[in-house]
This record gives sequence, structure tokens and C-alpha cells, in this order.
Amino acid sequence: MQKNVVHDSASALGLLLAGDPALYGIVGLSLVVSLAATALAAVIALPLGAALALTRFPGRAAVIVVLNASMGLPPVVVGLVVYLLLSRSGPLGFLGILFTPQAMALAQAILVMPIIAALTRQTVEDVWLEYRDELTAMRVAPMRRVVTLIWDARFSLTTALLAGFGRAAAEVGTVIIVGGNIEGFTRVMTTTIALETSKGDLPLALGLGAVLIALIIVVNALAWGVRRFGELRAG
Amino acid sequence: MRAPSSDLPIVFDDTSLRAHDVAILDRVALALGPGRPTVLVGPNGAGKTSLIRLAANLAAPTSGQVTWGGKPDTDGTRIAVVFQRPIMLRRTAAANVAYGLPRCPPRERRQRIDDLLARVGLTHVRDRPARRLSGGEQQRLALARALAREPEVLFLDEPTASLDPASVRAVEEVIGAVAASGVKVVMATQNLGQARRLAGEVVFLLRGRVHECAPVAAFFSAPQTAEAAAFLRGDLIV
Repeated sequence: MQKNVVHDSASALGLLLAGDPALYGIVGLSLVVSLAATALAAVIALPLGAALALTRFPGRAAVIVVLNASMGLPPVVVGLVVYLLLSRSGPLGFLGILFTPQAMALAQAILVMPIIAALTRQTVEDVWLEYRDELTAMRVAPMRRVVTLIWDARFSLTTALLAGFGRAAAEVGTVIIVGGNIEGFTRVMTTTIALETSKGDLPLALGLGAVLIALIIVVNALAWGVRRFGELRAG
Repeated sequence: MRAPSSDLPIVFDDTSLRAHDVAILDRVALALGPGRPTVLVGPNGAGKTSLIRLAANLAAPTSGQVTWGGKPDTDGTRIAVVFQRPIMLRRTAAANVAYGLPRCPPRERRQRIDDLLARVGLTHVRDRPARRLSGGEQQRLALARALAREPEVLFLDEPTASLDPASVRAVEEVIGAVAASGVKVVMATQNLGQARRLAGEVVFLLRGRVHECAPVAAFFSAPQTAEAAAFLRGDLIV
């Protein structure tokens, strides 16, 4: 058993080093879909989380509890809902994007949005405690407060974005439902790993697993580097 | 076009502020009018910061009222506040000043920023991250940011606490120049030497009450209350 795993891992490394176009296509699509999903989610979740941190209204605690709970949304349920929305007879069927990378990015965005929003709310609320007197004394308008706090918490918020990216990149249930795992079109690393494992072809599955982990480490390392550079420049 | 108006005088009319059944300010009657700086003195917990917060409309009294230029409210656009530990936004010194100029046309903004930084003696740190500046430089930058709003009244809450003497001097020079330019300065301090140097009038607070309000020379030469006299002698009063 141990010999097989070592042999399969070596085969996977061989595929990587050989520059297998199918493998690199899958890797590239995974990266694009996960980054697009994170970006799409961030556009909504960052201001939403910041606004929730700054506003007080009846039922706010319940909203925060629901938001925090949504971090654990079951991916297959999200996938199913997005599938129903995008299917031909669904309310968004006219878009015609079911079984496309766009649908996968949309589904992943819905999945990671609560993660980014919840972490943003906590981060911005902490910064707000520090900034409240200053911004109130300067009579800064509510919208400008949101922008200011997001900008000044930008280095801490990279953690929220990375958490979102990590969830998106590691996701399989949602994308297999709305993407269909179509070879050369919507096949990404996680769906391929699941497929190849079920077929008993472990080299590609292991190779992709290694690439997936390496990719997440590289993205995190890049983000850390950008954050450090920014902190050194901005203080 | 908005008619010119003034937030002065700021009048406390039998004003109290309570928190958790503790009197922070107790039936304060005080008028802050235009003219030379008003300096609030008193020991820790006397109510200096709370008085500034009420006067700057950052808090509401629990009883009594505060009025600004005879009006029961102010939009705060003519008021600026510099706190004991000002928050430096995570950007350059120039960008921190620019933050106080949201409505300044872009073509005038750079000149305004340069003028304000020159006014507080920080031209040389223009492009440095604000959070990397020394405590004294940060305090002067906070003054520049506050002055960007062209206030009629400038509140300063112990602006030189924990600064070294050279920084205190630099900050005091800026405050003196600001006051001389016609801005009403209201400052809290525990530093009696500073009160003597900067004040036009002194308000002595103790346990949330105004015990004395007098011109600076009269306050230091002939205090009218036993508490003020004890404070000036350096006695421990709580």
C-alpha cells in the first residue's frame, strides 16, 4: 500500500514536470474561478460587513448570528439553490450560464461571502472602537466612515479574503453541481480529484492534490508579502 | 448660500452628565466665549474630558442643556477636537491632512496641505507614514488635520500629556499661533505651567463641578476657593 502511494505520487510529479496541458488547464481554471469568486464576494461582503459593524438597529444581534452561522453553509445546498436559480426554468435561467465557469464562480461567491462579511464585521468593529471618537469629532459621513475603516483595516482584512479564497479553492460540492465537471470546460482541481479517485486513478488525483495545496500556499505567501510591504510603507 | 453663523458662546446651563448613577459632571454653569484660550484644569477624573465632549457635541447631557451661539444644537462643522492620543490614519502625513479637506477642490488641495504642514512645522515629514512619526509630531499632525476644517473653536484634550519637553514646546507654539489667529482654543491640561503660559482664562474643575472660573492672572495669584488654592499648592486632592 505504502509502495503504491509513493509510486502514484512520483507519477503525479512526473505529470506536473512534463507540463501536461490538461493538468495545467485544470489548474488555471481552478485559480481563475476561485479568484473571481473571492473578488465578487469581496465587492459585496466588505462594505456589508463594515456597515454591519457601524450600524445599530433592532435585530442586529440576530443578523450577526445568522451571518456567522452562514460561514458553515453546506456547499451542496448552495450548489442546489444556484442550480435551481440558473436552470432553464429558474428565475435566472435567461442568463444561460448553468454548467459554465461563471456559474461556478457565482456559486462559490455565495459560499464565501458570509465568511468574508463575518470576518470583516469583526475586524472593522475592532478598528471602529479605536477610531470612533476621531471620526465622530471630524463629522465624517457614514459612507465615508465605511470606506475609511475598510481602507485602514486593509492589512487585517487580507486574512478574511484569504479565508474566503481558501474555502473557494477547496470547494467541490457546489462546483460539481453547477459546473457539471465537463472535461476541458468546467473541470477544476477538486472535481478532478474526486473523479479520478472514484475511477481509482490515483496519480492525477494525488498530483492535483499536491498542486492545490501548493497553490493555496503560494497565494497566501504572495498575500503575506504584499501585506508586509504595505505595512512597511503605510505604517 | 448659508448665512454666516457662530457656535460661540458655548453655554452650559445647569448641565449634568451621569453614567451608571455616577455624576461625571454636576450642574455645570459655564460660558465659553470668543477670545483668548480657556484652559480647563483639575485632577484626574475631575470631568475635563467630559466637559469637552459635551461642548463639542460628542455627547449629550443627562440633564440641563448646552447651547451653541444660542442654538440648542450644532452640526459641528465649526468645531474641531484633538484628543490626548490622536488616531493617525494608516496613510502618509499629507494624506492625513487631506482627510480633513474632503470638500477642497483637487487643484487647491496640495497647496492647502503644504500650508497646513508648514503651519505645524511638519513639511519635512510630508510623505512619511503618519504612524511612524514621534508622539509630538503626531500631535502636531493631528492639529494640522483639525485646522484643515477651519474651525471656529478648537478643543484640545491634554494634547501634550506624555510628551517630552521639546515636543511640548513645539505643540504649545502651534497652539499659541492658532489662538492668535482668532480660533477659540479650549484646552484641558494638568500642567499648571502650561495653563499659565497659554490661558486667557482658567476653569478649575473638581469632582465634576466647576469650582472656579477666572482670568489666568487672578486664578494663579488669588484663587477664590480653598480647593483651587490646594490644587495650586500641589496638595493631593481627589
